[in-house]
Amino acid sequence: MAERNSWSLSGALRGMFAKKTIDDETWDDLETALITGDFGIDVTDQIVGDLRTKVSRYNTTDPKDLQRMLRETLEERFSKLDPTLKLTERPAVVLVVGVNGVGKTTTIGKFAKFLGNYNRTVVVGAADTFRAAAVEQVATWAERAGAHIVRPQQEGQDPASVAFQTVEYAKRNNIEIAIIDTAGRLQTKGGLMDELTKIRRVIEKQAPVAEVLLVLDATTGQNGLLQAEAFIEHAGVTGLVLTKLDGSAKAGFVLAVQERTGIPIKLIGQGEGINDLTGFTPHVFVQNLIG
Amino acid sequence: MATFGNLSDRLADTFRNLRTKGKLSPADVDGTVREIRRALLDADVALDVVKDFTGKVRERALGDEVNKALNPAQQVVQIVNEELIAILGGEARRINFAKKAPTVIMLAGLQGAGKTTLAGKLAKWLAKDNHTPLLVAADLQRPNAVQQLQVVGGQAGVAVYAPEPGNGVGNPVKVAKDSIKWAIDKQYDVVIVDTAGRLGVDADMMKQAADIRKAVDPDEVLFVIDAMIGQDAVATAKAFQAGVDFTGVVLTKLDGDARGGAALSVASVTGRPIIFASTGESLDDFEPFYPDRMASRILDLGDILTLIEQAQGAFDEEEAKKVAEKFRTDSFTLEDFLGQMQQLRGAGSLKKMIGMLPGAGAMREQLDNFDEREIVRTEAIIQSMTKAERQNPKLLNGSRRVRIARGSGMTVTDVNQLVQRFEQAAKMMKTVARGGVPQIPGMGPIPGAGFAGRGKVQPKKKGSKSGNPAKRAVENAALASGEKLPGAAGAGSGGGSGFGLGSGSGAGADAGAAGGPSEKELESLQKFLRR
Repeated sequence: MAERNSWSLSGALRGMFAKKTIDDETWDDLETALITGDFGIDVTDQIVGDLRTKVSRYNTTDPKDLQRMLRETLEERFSKLDPTLKLTERPAVVLVVGVNGVGKTTTIGKFAKFLGNYNRTVVVGAADTFRAAAVEQVATWAERAGAHIVRPQQEGQDPASVAFQTVEYAKRNNIEIAIIDTAGRLQTKGGLMDELTKIRRVIEKQAPVAEVLLVLDATTGQNGLLQAEAFIEHAGVTGLVLTKLDGSAKAGFVLAVQERTGIPIKLIGQGEGINDLTGFTPHVFVQNLIG
Repeated sequence: MATFGNLSDRLADTFRNLRTKGKLSPADVDGTVREIRRALLDADVALDVVKDFTGKVRERALGDEVNKALNPAQQVVQIVNEELIAILGGEARRINFAKKAPTVIMLAGLQGAGKTTLAGKLAKWLAKDNHTPLLVAADLQRPNAVQQLQVVGGQAGVAVYAPEPGNGVGNPVKVAKDSIKWAIDKQYDVVIVDTAGRLGVDADMMKQAADIRKAVDPDEVLFVIDAMIGQDAVATAKAFQAGVDFTGVVLTKLDGDARGGAALSVASVTGRPIIFASTGESLDDFEPFYPDRMASRILDLGDILTLIEQAQGAFDEEEAKKVAEKFRTDSFTLEDFLGQMQQLRGAGSLKKMIGMLPGAGAMREQLDNFDEREIVRTEAIIQSMTKAERQNPKLLNGSRRVRIARGSGMTVTDVNQLVQRFEQAAKMMKTVARGGVPQIPGMGPIPGAGFAGRGKVQPKKKGSKSGNPAKRAVENAALASGEKLPGAAGAGSGGGSGFGLGSGSGAGADAGAAGGPSEKELESLQKFLRR
């Protein structure tokens, strides 16, 4: 796979920064790189405009300066929000939501393990009662992570009741953190989105919801924004999880999501292994992004 | 904000400005092309594809064919449409079946693209066509993917070959290879191999996919891709083309609100046709992909053909004729209406149907708010009536209405509204059935060769069975009711269910003459007609 480098943003940028001076081509390349990184046309225009102003203000022609400025700009924009997870309540209830196939279940498995590494006791609620074999899938992950699991008592049980039982289980057994899996749903399905609202409402009868994590697939394009808006409206999202960052996608759209919605990125997933989940660090993220 | 509203909406906006002009200056063309570029980028079409596309459109738009045309603006629309179709693959392609059974179809794609679900849909679709498909569980990676395929296979009523438990145990290449022998033995005529999701950059996994391909020598390799994917679509598609050299593409999750981009990029970059489109979570939400329809959809010309086909599938032709006759003779009763509604529900989601109508882009928001349960509530009211009452609504006096309201869990006002609206609708239908022209909004102002041909098909079909206008009216009714009340319960929603019928008469008659359309409705109607 010799092409691998040319996919990544850093590949696209390398040619640009290797040159001696900044010229029109540099700006074109920068624009291209940002657009292909899924930053979206609006953010791209902003960043390019912003950098043009800076470059002319500092009167520099060295691409190295431009590279540094790009990094600073991105870092600054990414680090505006606080990425720490707030899991102080006991039990701390974490609801995981997202569209189909973004990696919610896998993320839960990794997250349970992640918390286990900090010696937290975890129970996972398999409230995806819709998709075929989803319960088994999350159960397998829970087992790998050494977490408890609450399964639906019958097939097709109301997800809200599974969520309720999970929280109940956590309270009864003094488990610190309850993570609740939900079925994937496209943000355009009104009925399913209402279901999320209901799940949340039902949980809150027992304990406040500490975090609602929206899982976003890094390969998603500008639709990620629409996803975020819809889930924020219906489920009150408090943090974003970015998955599949081990692929070739750059997930630039999250910048727009974070800025537009004010919801910070909290976790990132970079592989199928159980330990491939880390907290979000703007510095590292930008470093990986632009190389 | 620019990012909100999708490709159809954006292009529609662009063209609205263009249509009002009699002549195109180069500046107009440039402005339009810029808008198209932005719209396509917002829709996640890959940058290279966008550049290419806008280049072609600009060149042709500045050429002679446009200036000689009677209406240059329409000509540009036509050009964009043609270019879109050209990229999306021209003619629709079907699956190539092997001369000697079994036909082997392999599925490949990123994680979470929807391969396993698609395998079930494809199997069910093939089974309906009198094939005997066999699903092969060669995704041994993801936890419980094998179980998922088994459940899906059970739902689709087809056999599943799953010798290995999965969860990392077993060799997918061997499973795939053995499945062919098994299929020949047991005489299955199509083998569908579900593989694990893999990233384009994962060399090992791509190698494995290539090995599976070699082992089963498939007649079709379908690359399954999520319609929501962004700029990475190109890199991923290229990687899979290099890895497994797929022969066709399946676009999934088209029922979301991201729809144009990936299709355009992948088709354009790989030159492989998109064969199927997957549009929902039910195993029946699956259809062949029609490039021209997709282009029309992107251009917001609606997807009338699919709509007609779906409606025809569910609509009993005989029944439709009977209904048309009833309209004419003024003997259409609430009972017939109930029957129609139930048929409609058989046709699938109303929302989906409305979404395919031209101009529906403008109403997408209302559509989203529409609660399909409204239909159920209306049904409940009708079902709470006696047979005599359904046939003769004039019987309904006060006490009967109270009884019906109680029986259906609605209020008397709701019942009143339903009856009133029904009468208006029936009256309107009568005019339609007697030869009034029930135009489809949005069809008028867009000529253009490709589309004109279809335009002719439409009225013919309608002439033969005028059940269609009725259906359309009901849909519009449903839409309007949704618009009034975003999913609320109680008295308000009851009003909506009844109300729906009335505005159906308005929208159905296309002039908004009947019923008492609210301001919001009028506005949406006008939007409808402007196209």
